[in-house]
Amino acid sequence: MSNHDVAGQKNMKGVAVSSGIIIGKAHLVDRTKTKILYKYLINDEEINSEVERFENALLTTEQQLVRLKNGMPEHVKEHSFILDSHLMILKDSMLKDSTIKRILDEKINVEWALKKSIVAIRQNFEQIDDDYISNRINDVEYVTERIFRNLSGKDQRGLDTINQRVIIVAHDLSPADTTELNVDRVKGFITNVGGRTSHTAIMAQALDIPAVVGLEAITAQVSEGDILIVDGSTGNVIINPDDNTILFYEKKKFQHEEYKSNIARVSHLPAESIDGHRISITANIEFLEEVAAVKSHGGKGIGLYRTEFLYLRSKGIPDEEELFEDYREVAEIIAPNPVTIRTLDLGGDKFVSKIEMATEMNPALGLRGIRLCLKLPDIFKSQLRAILRASAYGNIQLMFPMISGLQEILDAEQIMKEVKDELDHNNIEYDHDIKTGIMIEVPSAVTMAETFAQYVDFFSIGTNDLIQYALAIDRINEHMAFMYQPFHPAIIKMIKHVVDSAKKTGISVSLCGEMAGDPLCLPLLIGLGIDELSMNSSAIPLSKRVIRSLSIKDARSDLKHVITLGTSREVRTYLLDRMKALLPELVEKGYLHGM
Amino acid sequence: MELNKKLKIRNKLGLHARAATKIVKLSNNYKSSLFLRKNDQVVDGSNILSILTLSCPKGTELEVRIAGEDSPDFMEKLSDLFEQKFGEEI
Repeated sequence: MSNHDVAGQKNMKGVAVSSGIIIGKAHLVDRTKTKILYKYLINDEEINSEVERFENALLTTEQQLVRLKNGMPEHVKEHSFILDSHLMILKDSMLKDSTIKRILDEKINVEWALKKSIVAIRQNFEQIDDDYISNRINDVEYVTERIFRNLSGKDQRGLDTINQRVIIVAHDLSPADTTELNVDRVKGFITNVGGRTSHTAIMAQALDIPAVVGLEAITAQVSEGDILIVDGSTGNVIINPDDNTILFYEKKKFQHEEYKSNIARVSHLPAESIDGHRISITANIEFLEEVAAVKSHGGKGIGLYRTEFLYLRSKGIPDEEELFEDYREVAEIIAPNPVTIRTLDLGGDKFVSKIEMATEMNPALGLRGIRLCLKLPDIFKSQLRAILRASAYGNIQLMFPMISGLQEILDAEQIMKEVKDELDHNNIEYDHDIKTGIMIEVPSAVTMAETFAQYVDFFSIGTNDLIQYALAIDRINEHMAFMYQPFHPAIIKMIKHVVDSAKKTGISVSLCGEMAGDPLCLPLLIGLGIDELSMNSSAIPLSKRVIRSLSIKDARSDLKHVITLGTSREVRTYLLDRMKALLPELVEKGYLHGM
Repeated sequence: MELNKKLKIRNKLGLHARAATKIVKLSNNYKSSLFLRKNDQVVDGSNILSILTLSCPKGTELEVRIAGEDSPDFMEKLSDLFEQKFGEEI
């Protein structure tokens, strides 16, 4: 559909990342930084009013922080020290007095003066050897950004204050934004940037709400409170639709939900091909609250528990007890089925608010995943202890992300051993046979798979990152999103190599990227002989439906054919034709994404 | 009245935000002024950013000076805070 106006109605097209149709009101979330302009003050009157403006902004900021602090629920009160430290920064002479002095001495506007103060503070902090302390500069920046917003009269609404069911319209949503999101208030997401595997997409699929990303300038086109239709199956977004359009989409929405519930009704059945080949379908989760959805969607356990959530909240680094309680609860609910907990995978595209890091030119290639954990052994150990302790209460497996060489496996194992010794020493129970695996998501790990297989209990192929690293495509960049191709023959061959290496050594292998939940990929993955597919809960019913209509014999011959093809397009066309023959309604109605 | 004492940072993380917050909070309860010295750098103990920029990892020994009428009680409470590792590792 092209972008054209029909009597006030505006049609836009983006990348469909989470299926479903939603009609609702727009809520704009402005996450752009305030622009700072330079102004020279000509007389004392101007200077005085500028100082007054600064003091008013400080007062407003203080009131906001106090309100935030008082509004914290009882059980997180112990973390309110962060807000206390923000309040202190606000009154600190390095910030307050020096800014006023600059306004008076240099006759410059408050924004410029404040910016200069921050630069000076930053220089002070940069000289600190201790990374943990020097990174507190981010707290200073958080506070000053708030002051800037108050100076410009900008709205301070956080995502936590939404009280109506709305469709979120944003430039992009960072993991930090979504952690403060009141999820049951959100009906859908639309964003300017992003691709199939951006955080917004994963989040929307996990919540089972429609999302369209990569709309480029949607934040400029939509006004607060506009009526929107979001079709997460086709990528169409309609602003202020006319009555006929609304009727058309109401009907489409009804059909979509009906089809979905038909599939859901059989989702408790095993994922077994028509000729008896069984595969384990598990779920990717990010927080405890999703566990119920795993069970109701027919997941046989959790193949990927992303543990970053507890670290991303504004409350600070969680302590071992908090982590333990969380892991234990998940393990107990899912038992006897397994829960695979991935150790902290921060860095890269994840904004880190507590374990703060210097701005990296190329975060995807920087200090992230296991690299960060090995650099911060105390934080790593506390998580490992929590996981091991929780393993006494269910069927827990542990895996390390971003492994690129054998040394990292050895180093991580060494730390594991230290933690186990400590637990033994203190007579604390844990599962002594806990299985430990690694994520295969860096090309070097693919090449080394045969060697690695001798050191670990299982592999889990993380295709989201693997595709990004192997094809040198930034998955967040909307201009490159079209080149981010799971069907690239190189990717299929890499996965095959990993699976073959695992089989040779006799260890199990799972796949936990978005590919696992893509119906078109399923014949290939089944044909490869992967033991387990882990996907967003909402994708489980449809995946089972597809697997239960396949035969392993056909899947193997599909794989054999596909492996000879040279381009993604050929692979995709072939698989699409196969799917059309298998489940025509799926292709025709555009339900292929994250349903 | 002026008191001087050497205090050692004993908690694992060093004098980071949470610990510094506690020092500033404590100092807000007293009329006396608090100064922390590390090598040849002296900072105002009621300023959180100044404390942080002093950069004190575990093991750092600080020369603490408290000047004012209520300095004895202040020094006692401050020493307790250091001694108890800022309430972080019990």
